[in-house]
Amino acid sequence: MNYPGKGLMEGLAVTARNFVGSYFYKDRLTTVQYPEERVQTPENSRTFPFLVFEDSPDKPRCTACKICETECPPKCIYIVMDRDDKGKPMQRPKVFDIDISVCMQCQICVEVCPFDAIKMDNDYEKSKYERFDALVERLPDLLKPNEYYRKVKPTEASEVDARLKAEAEAKAAKKAAAAAAAAAKAAAQPPPAPTGTVT
Amino acid sequence: MIAEPLINSAGTITTQTLEISIGPQHPSTHGVFRMDVVLDGEIVRALKPVVGYLHRNHEQLAEKMAWLGSMPYTDRLDYFNSMSNNWAYALAVEKLAGIKVPARAEYIRVIMAELSRLQNHASAIGFLLQDCGAWGTPLLYAFKEREKILDFFETVSGSRMMCNYFRFGGVRVDLAEAMLAMARKIVAEFPKFLDEFEKLMTTNEVVLARCQRVGILPKELAIAGSISGPVARASGVEYDIRKVDKYGIYDRLEFGVPVGEVGDVYDRYYIRVLEMREAVKILQQVLRDIPAGPVQAVEVKLRGFKLPAGDGYGRIEGPKGELGFYLVSEGGPKPYRYHIRPPSFINLTVLEDMCLGHKVADAIIILGSIDIVLGEVDR
Repeated sequence: MNYPGKGLMEGLAVTARNFVGSYFYKDRLTTVQYPEERVQTPENSRTFPFLVFEDSPDKPRCTACKICETECPPKCIYIVMDRDDKGKPMQRPKVFDIDISVCMQCQICVEVCPFDAIKMDNDYEKSKYERFDALVERLPDLLKPNEYYRKVKPTEASEVDARLKAEAEAKAAKKAAAAAAAAAKAAAQPPPAPTGTVT
Repeated sequence: MIAEPLINSAGTITTQTLEISIGPQHPSTHGVFRMDVVLDGEIVRALKPVVGYLHRNHEQLAEKMAWLGSMPYTDRLDYFNSMSNNWAYALAVEKLAGIKVPARAEYIRVIMAELSRLQNHASAIGFLLQDCGAWGTPLLYAFKEREKILDFFETVSGSRMMCNYFRFGGVRVDLAEAMLAMARKIVAEFPKFLDEFEKLMTTNEVVLARCQRVGILPKELAIAGSISGPVARASGVEYDIRKVDKYGIYDRLEFGVPVGEVGDVYDRYYIRVLEMREAVKILQQVLRDIPAGPVQAVEVKLRGFKLPAGDGYGRIEGPKGELGFYLVSEGGPKPYRYHIRPPSFINLTVLEDMCLGHKVADAIIILGSIDIVLGEVDR
């Protein structure tokens, strides 16, 4: 049956069904009343990077190798390596700044890091009252324990932990083997006799 | 003193033309886009698009950056379809370097590209009808559906819009079984949304009156202006790069290419609805056949990635038209030249021809029917 205004009436029926339905069906109510209720973000969800430390904040996994600094597309990372009194590099960052007003959350720093030291957080409430200094995250803000990483990204963290453990075991085994080989070599060979003649 | 008569001897009112500027922040210009319009009464006599308010120096930036570094920047071209943009760039690099992509990664790429087509078209026609004056309702219905697809993108890639998911020679992370189930659910429910949406709009008398015979783009002009995507197909040009180039695994998939007849705003609206139905068909096949295996070619290094010297052009059928990346490499870690062929920008060139002789309110919906994104127009 076709009558003038049929399309309009059908359209009105659709909106009416949605409107009335929103009082009865939960899935038709799509608004989430933030901040009272929050959407559970998926585990893969990413916002800004943070640095992982194992036991204490003095020993971060980061070795200040500056790979992420060079690879970062918007260049929002700034690193200075820590040195001891004699000027010897200590393989850890003295300064590690991430300007989160520049960071574009692309995760490339995480992918290129060879030490699993930098990871993505999923904390999305980072608004500040100031535009400049408050939006630069310094080393103490960035350092977070491995437990935190396990909490926000359980699957990913357990994979990383397993890999690091396996690597450490392989390294220890290799070291032990090398030490054993050296010991065996030392035992088998007597110390070389002096060759020069003494007159 | 007696004023001059307003009605001349021919019986029509004498008027002066009036030049006005619509935009760059007008809500119906889809971003920071400006139209300098010359009006005679309400009739458009000339129209000049003014672009460049969102210029971010994308191409020059990419020439100063490692190959991988511009991948997240391609997300920001057409921010509705970061997945498709990623694919076009990855395709150009893979052509240049001769990288072969594993089968599972190809399937995942098709899933992502077609899902992003679904959400782009849904929101594009939602915005178009919003410009027609259907205030809110169709747009919000479309966004409700788009939200599910964006949630899927977030589950997979970590970000809703700036996905940064594709890598040279594959994709970044594999799809777990739970994610595939999520995609299947979205695809299974999508036709229901389309049916409802069509009932709301396709035969609506107001939509017909506003959209039919408005902004006709002749087939010859569409070809001469190198228009692509749904805009060209609505004018009767049967041209789809998925069929022409058969990139990825599109040669294994069965799908039709809907083609319009008149080339007016209504055809451009309806072609998008039909394309969404075809995309659902593609997704059903891909989600059924997806093989197991690796998702990343092993020979591609993440750091210190270098390409052989030469040039390559990778293009895909993006939701808005032909999206191409032209890359010239000198064998180093950076591109020597990086050029983008953005579909929105080139489709915008025929805006004046479509708007002449129509009312200014029609110019707004003609612009809406091209479906531009200013991030891509200005780059």
